[in-house]
Amino acid sequence: MNVPITVTINGTAYTRDVEPRQLLVHFLRETLNLTGTHIGCDTSSCGACTIMLNGQTVKSCTLLAAQADGAEIMTVEGLATDGKLHPIQEGFWQEHGLQCGFCTPGMMMAGVQILKNNPNPTEEEIRHGLEGNFCRCTGYHNIVKSIQYAAKKSAAM
Amino acid sequence: MSTVVGKPIRRVEDKRFITGQGRYTDDIKLHGMTYAVIIRSPYAHARIKSIDASAALKIKGVVAVFTGKDIEADGMGGIPTGWQVNLINGETMREPKHPILCTDKVRHVGDGVAVVIAEDLAIAEDAAELVQVNYEPLPAVAQVRDALAANAPKVHDELPDNLAFDWNIGDKEKTDAAFATAHHVTTLEFYNQRLVPNAIEPRSAIGHYEEGRDFYTLYTSTQNPHLIRLLMSAFVLQLPEHKVRVVGSDVGGGFGSKIFHYAEEALVTWASKKIKRPIKWTAARSESFVTDAHGRDHQTTVSMAFDKDGKILGLRGHTIAGMGAYLSTFAPAVPTYLHGTLLQGLYTTPAIYYKVDAVFTHTTAVDAYRGAGRPEATYLLERLMDTAAREMKIDPAELRFKNFIPPFDGVTQPGYQTQVALQYDSGNYAPTLHKALEIIDYKNFRKRQEEARKNGKFIGIGFSTFVEACGIAPSAVVGSLGARAGLYESAIVRVQPTGKVSVYTGSHSHGQGHETTFAQIVADSFGIPMEDVEIVHGDTEQIPFGMGTYGSRSLAVGGSAIMKSIDKIKEKGAKIAAHLLEANEADLVFAEGKWTVKGTDKSIPFQQVALTAYVPHNYPAGLEPGLDFSSFYDPLNFTFPFGAHIAEVEVEAETGEVKVTRYVSVDDVGTIINPMIVEGQLHGGIAQGIGQALYEGAFYDESGQLLQGTYMDYTMPRADNLPMFEHSTTVTPCPHNPLGAKGAGEAGTIASTPTIVNAIVDALSHLGVSNLEMPCTPARVWSAIQTAKGN
Repeated sequence: MNVPITVTINGTAYTRDVEPRQLLVHFLRETLNLTGTHIGCDTSSCGACTIMLNGQTVKSCTLLAAQADGAEIMTVEGLATDGKLHPIQEGFWQEHGLQCGFCTPGMMMAGVQILKNNPNPTEEEIRHGLEGNFCRCTGYHNIVKSIQYAAKKSAAM
Repeated sequence: MSTVVGKPIRRVEDKRFITGQGRYTDDIKLHGMTYAVIIRSPYAHARIKSIDASAALKIKGVVAVFTGKDIEADGMGGIPTGWQVNLINGETMREPKHPILCTDKVRHVGDGVAVVIAEDLAIAEDAAELVQVNYEPLPAVAQVRDALAANAPKVHDELPDNLAFDWNIGDKEKTDAAFATAHHVTTLEFYNQRLVPNAIEPRSAIGHYEEGRDFYTLYTSTQNPHLIRLLMSAFVLQLPEHKVRVVGSDVGGGFGSKIFHYAEEALVTWASKKIKRPIKWTAARSESFVTDAHGRDHQTTVSMAFDKDGKILGLRGHTIAGMGAYLSTFAPAVPTYLHGTLLQGLYTTPAIYYKVDAVFTHTTAVDAYRGAGRPEATYLLERLMDTAAREMKIDPAELRFKNFIPPFDGVTQPGYQTQVALQYDSGNYAPTLHKALEIIDYKNFRKRQEEARKNGKFIGIGFSTFVEACGIAPSAVVGSLGARAGLYESAIVRVQPTGKVSVYTGSHSHGQGHETTFAQIVADSFGIPMEDVEIVHGDTEQIPFGMGTYGSRSLAVGGSAIMKSIDKIKEKGAKIAAHLLEANEADLVFAEGKWTVKGTDKSIPFQQVALTAYVPHNYPAGLEPGLDFSSFYDPLNFTFPFGAHIAEVEVEAETGEVKVTRYVSVDDVGTIINPMIVEGQLHGGIAQGIGQALYEGAFYDESGQLLQGTYMDYTMPRADNLPMFEHSTTVTPCPHNPLGAKGAGEAGTIASTPTIVNAIVDALSHLGVSNLEMPCTPARVWSAIQTAKGN
């Protein structure tokens, strides 16, 4: 028996009938074709599926789509507004915070959350905030710098 | 004039990745696509007694279930290996069949036995639960050190034992003689542990057979589309190669694990024809852990002999190298030609002998993982150097300076002929170590260390100076060493009528930034903006041929192929320009995007020549229209990047926890096109090497169960485990390729593992700790401290 849900994603409301067992990440990727959110593991460890749900980062593989009924979600596709990149996107581009790009959407979401909690974090605080996200390419060095860049950029805005 | 080459240009490809518009294989949806779930063995070794899929087939939405017998009935082959290393006695390498799905027996946990194909993934997963596989479990051998024991269970019944091949290199007699005269011999015995590559994008493959045109398309997360097409069509499925297209799409990291041809690629391609619909398979991470080829798995005993002044006299050793249950695509090359031939390091060692036994175990296949053989070689050499320095009471930096090969540029001086077959192209080793020592302020370190120890704090410093072989490699050379493929690269450079340029390269980025680096080269070569250049890669329909991206070869080999086509375009362009300018070709120079008659202001821009080539109204007699060249570049030699890495660590005495407090790398990767990308490659490589030293390890229990089969058990380095890296370079150009580039993809991983272990041992050396097994987890380090203290 499917469950009717309405979810607002990146400013657009979607009403769909979902299987009760469908994971939110599968709803985003398979039902809505929002493939910017990635799946990197099956133990909620890697963070590639991290999104913003009601203003907080969550791993979208740990929630059922049905649990997101009524929620406001932001995915990587919603970071830029009117073609203008979000400071976190600019930071990752400027500081070479990505190589293969697969962990990047989740990493950027983690970065947004870190700066939301603390607009001027130390390196240690940034690293602590990234503990839930794996990157195999960058060694995290440039990801830390990307978030520092975004912090500066946001402060100047 | 260089306007973009050598500069940290922001990456062209990033826009799509930071906006969520990357297109990885699992992002692709085809009309009518079905989903596959593979049923895998839970046993390391078992006989398949029966498979009953009747209940699964009753589920609504299940399209088909296939077993190994169905594939066998179609006459399909096994997954081949691409490298042949014969035994020392001349016997042919033992190459047992690697089936797409097993029929009689399973040989490692994760070996595939059946596939369920359904309308969606959830249905396929449900149905897979209902497939009854009746196994008869058999005893297994999981550790390389046990594989050759007389009573070891055999992985392949048709073979006499578990030896795949043995191999040796160097001069045994000369080396034994050198050891006989030694003043000091340092010996180490250790296990270079098995690692799981763990690209964050799990492997994915979509097979799509179109009956109307009798054509197969395979979308797959690969580093190597053409090789997959060749191996799959010629050896596995016996398909006409021109009826097969392989598309790499965006690839989310590989580190070697996506070089190889995997059973799932052949499976979805074969099965798509059976059901006449596209089929997608994407690995769950738990599947990746047991099916992606692993790395390392070397059980090693090695000795180095020194004279009384600390000059190296000889090196000899023996490694039992795990191949896993089957020979993966490049596996035989890894412990041999990518390991044994690197044992000269950057030292003048006059005598070397090394033997390798490559063995089968009931485990996941082992193949090239970032560095592939070279990290293992560097690990043993650099652990020996720091250990010998301590034993002989010589400063570890000093011991290296004493033994470095003197500088040679490969142009005015010849390359350096090693004792183990390779000839190094160019090298100038001491400056990298001098620079690294200066950056880390080595001269004040020992005093700080002593003071820290007085305060009960253990700090240590570790070194690694290394050379590696990249840019693989001359086809004739690798052919003589057993490669079953050439290792050239191809490139089409196509100048469009408007002067925009499309480049089709056989290199295939899986994170390296080819779309940027290659565009920088092309833009500067033609004096055009980077925006006017498009780099196309990863699709066998568009690219003439390719040997893919691995072994730090894309720039040195793929970039050189692009340079060859650029040269041909310039040569033809000059003929067109000379005609339009009514000048002699010999009087023209090309600079800043135009051909100019020397000593005049008469010139014609690149774009006008391009247009003329395609609208050849006023055109040189006898010259073909068009401005489009294809080239193949076969390198003259490997390239040999080198460097010096130094790390400082702090060991928590009470817990054994190791913190990397500083990491300094000075790398010489030849000419650098984009320093930002090179530095990024180093960072990532260093992190992976630190991962091996401190956190990662895939260990099997005696029954052949993988004990670290999820991210809950396999410790990946996280952001809070690593420091900021301090990176610097020296530049010694490669003398034999047009770019002077040597390659930067693997240096970090090769150097960093011994650097860290050396630093930990140094931190604890005053207690008497002289060796540590990897990964150096808090439990192990704490135990070593307790043992040393006599507790």
